[in-house]
Amino acid sequence: MSSENGKRLLETDAGGLNFEATELTLGLPGEPRVTSDGGAKLGSKRGFSETVDLKLGDNNREVKLGHSLQEAAKSPVSKTQVVGWPPVRGFAKRGKKSCKYVKVAVDGAPYLRKVDLEIYNSYQQLLTSLEDMFSCFTIRNYLNEKKIEQVNGIEYMPTYEDKDGDWMLVGDVPWQMFVESCKRLRLMKSSEAVGLGLTTGPKYSSTN
Amino acid sequence: MNYFPDEVVEHVFDFITSHKDRNSVSLVCKSWYKIERYSRQRVFIGNCYSITPQRLIARFPGLKSLTLKGKPHFADFNLVPHDWGGFVDPWIKALAKSRIGLEELRLKRMVVSDDSLELLSKSFPNFKSLVLVSCEGFTTDGVAAIAANCRFLRELDLQENEVEDHRGHWLSCFPESCTSLVSLNFACLKGEINLASLERLVARSPNLKSLRLNRMVPLDTLQKLLMRAPQLVDLGIGSYVDDPSSEVFSKLKAVIQLCNSIRSLSGFLEVAPCCMSAIYPICENLTFLNLSYAPGLQGNDLTKLVQHCRKLQRLWILDCIGDKGLGVVASTCKELQELRVFPSDPFDAGNAAVTEEGLVLISAGCPKLNSLLYFCHQMTNAALITVAKNCTNFIRFRLCILDPVKADPVTNQPLDEGFGAIVRSNKSLKRLSLSGLLTDQVFLYIGMYAKKLEMLSIAFAGDSNKGMLYVLNGCKKLRKLEIRDCPFGDVALLEDMGKYETMRSLWMSSCEVTLGACKILAKKMPSLNVEIINESEQLEFSLDDRLLVDKMYLYRTLVGHRKDKPEYVLLL
Repeated sequence: MSSENGKRLLETDAGGLNFEATELTLGLPGEPRVTSDGGAKLGSKRGFSETVDLKLGDNNREVKLGHSLQEAAKSPVSKTQVVGWPPVRGFAKRGKKSCKYVKVAVDGAPYLRKVDLEIYNSYQQLLTSLEDMFSCFTIRNYLNEKKIEQVNGIEYMPTYEDKDGDWMLVGDVPWQMFVESCKRLRLMKSSEAVGLGLTTGPKYSSTN
Repeated sequence: MNYFPDEVVEHVFDFITSHKDRNSVSLVCKSWYKIERYSRQRVFIGNCYSITPQRLIARFPGLKSLTLKGKPHFADFNLVPHDWGGFVDPWIKALAKSRIGLEELRLKRMVVSDDSLELLSKSFPNFKSLVLVSCEGFTTDGVAAIAANCRFLRELDLQENEVEDHRGHWLSCFPESCTSLVSLNFACLKGEINLASLERLVARSPNLKSLRLNRMVPLDTLQKLLMRAPQLVDLGIGSYVDDPSSEVFSKLKAVIQLCNSIRSLSGFLEVAPCCMSAIYPICENLTFLNLSYAPGLQGNDLTKLVQHCRKLQRLWILDCIGDKGLGVVASTCKELQELRVFPSDPFDAGNAAVTEEGLVLISAGCPKLNSLLYFCHQMTNAALITVAKNCTNFIRFRLCILDPVKADPVTNQPLDEGFGAIVRSNKSLKRLSLSGLLTDQVFLYIGMYAKKLEMLSIAFAGDSNKGMLYVLNGCKKLRKLEIRDCPFGDVALLEDMGKYETMRSLWMSSCEVTLGACKILAKKMPSLNVEIINESEQLEFSLDDRLLVDKMYLYRTLVGHRKDKPEYVLLL
């Protein structure tokens, strides 16, 4: 191995190097490129709460590329990424389970919660989990067509806002389709739905 | 040949189909140039900025099929900012105004608008085939226009595009009179579609050979579609989730047995592993299997499936198949020519899915292997040398070690020798992508041995300008060179400026090239467009020639500077 190699790679002496904190931006394929400050900037940080800012490509930098990557590797944060690496298109869509956090609002509750829809495999699991989260309420469970014990006389209908902005009853479409299209959840007081004719539950099947 | 009338010469030219050969033929003499240009029906333009639509139309009045490519390859990895360019609109407008009877349009990495698609659909009565690969800028409204207006549409193939989905029932826009479809691929669309319309469309398309569905098409619809189209040759499954004990699933199993023409299978955009067994009956005949988008299939599931695929020629799969799974591929798929192993989770090195072992097994078991794309967590020189001994037919060899500068973990050496062995023994190599720890030495080997190399992708490699120079001097057939994060600078860039006229394009980002050098190059070579992409926070370009350029993209062109560049691109 040539000595030039060594200089590129294994410096641990951070002080001897002539570059500022490096900044990496993170982008997923196909995402919009404009950040909130309005400047046109490559990549928007999204989805990964743990990223380290590394600056590659500063005009005035002295190039120590290996060192930049060493810094990345040494960072205390586990997930660090270099823009455009690995070079695979549509990477985010391949085989990975993304996390999909949506807000859950319950009529009458002072604050909202968030759940990750991706960790559930069925409506049943989701509703059970919501019941646990908002334990003083019961959620009207259409899927099993059975009435759940009403704890304090208040029943809730699970509804969600889809990508078109419409409020839908939970349970009509196949689970995955729901996960894909759900933007937020609202547990609506059943009493508000009285008179709307929403007394029969949806059938769990694919519709045309 | 001068004694033959033009019609005879033209008839002879009909047998010459490759673009390269037709281009050569046109250079022989004036008479051949003329005959060739009038008889030319298919044109391929690798860089849409190398020529204008007007000149294309003027030269080839008989044009029927046009292929255009726009953005540089590294745009696939977010290295090219939004709005850089590659707009198809001027092309469609110009063609629409002309007398060209366009029948086929194939676009890659271009920006396509709904308006363009609508204009396209209304301007060419004989339009038959639209293929969009890695494009963006349009919505399902544009797709609807194509469906509605192209009366003789045979092919609508959308591959990996970013399409805004308006769920406007684009499928329903195919008129009842449309019965000519041969190929329909909408796997990349994210939204729901009208399933009844889809069924009716498939039912009235007796020539349908290729159908690739999106995730919103559930299994029971799949079953109905296959009933209507047992003649399919290429199937892309959307959602493949059901209860294996259900009646629908039994029906599916039965109908799949009837589909003995299927040679190519892909999709599985949503899949329940327990349903995979229904596929086994058609595996025997498969030549192409693409499971690279299938989430949640474990190594065992993949291995069990592959065991049935003895005639497989091309396999695209996720790395969760593991080295052992690749061993099964090696012992089962003796006809394998192309293997692509994609990463399922590159950030979790603890779950090292495939390593050099898998690759060695494949190389030993699959003598016909000629094309490889392999994402792995580590690679050794010894393994690469073994692969080079086993396989001498590589045309494409792309290796991506997920840690970009990782050395051989056994010896701690760079991977120069390994890649050197690959280029030395694979004399037909046309495309190469490098990764791992690499010094200038690997480029010496590439320059020495890779005489047929046309495309080279380099990242985080090399020590000095010598590396790049070895390549530029040695690889006589080089057409595309893309480099990121390498210590190559002005000396290498400017040593042989004429070389770039023999190439389609050069990309260099995060290297050591200065603005001054780019200016020199642009000045000396008017036949090149030298573009600087500057995304730094300073909105104006500093005029200091000593500053390092963040991204440079240069390409040869016959038509000078493009007029549609965004603000952040500086054309020198």
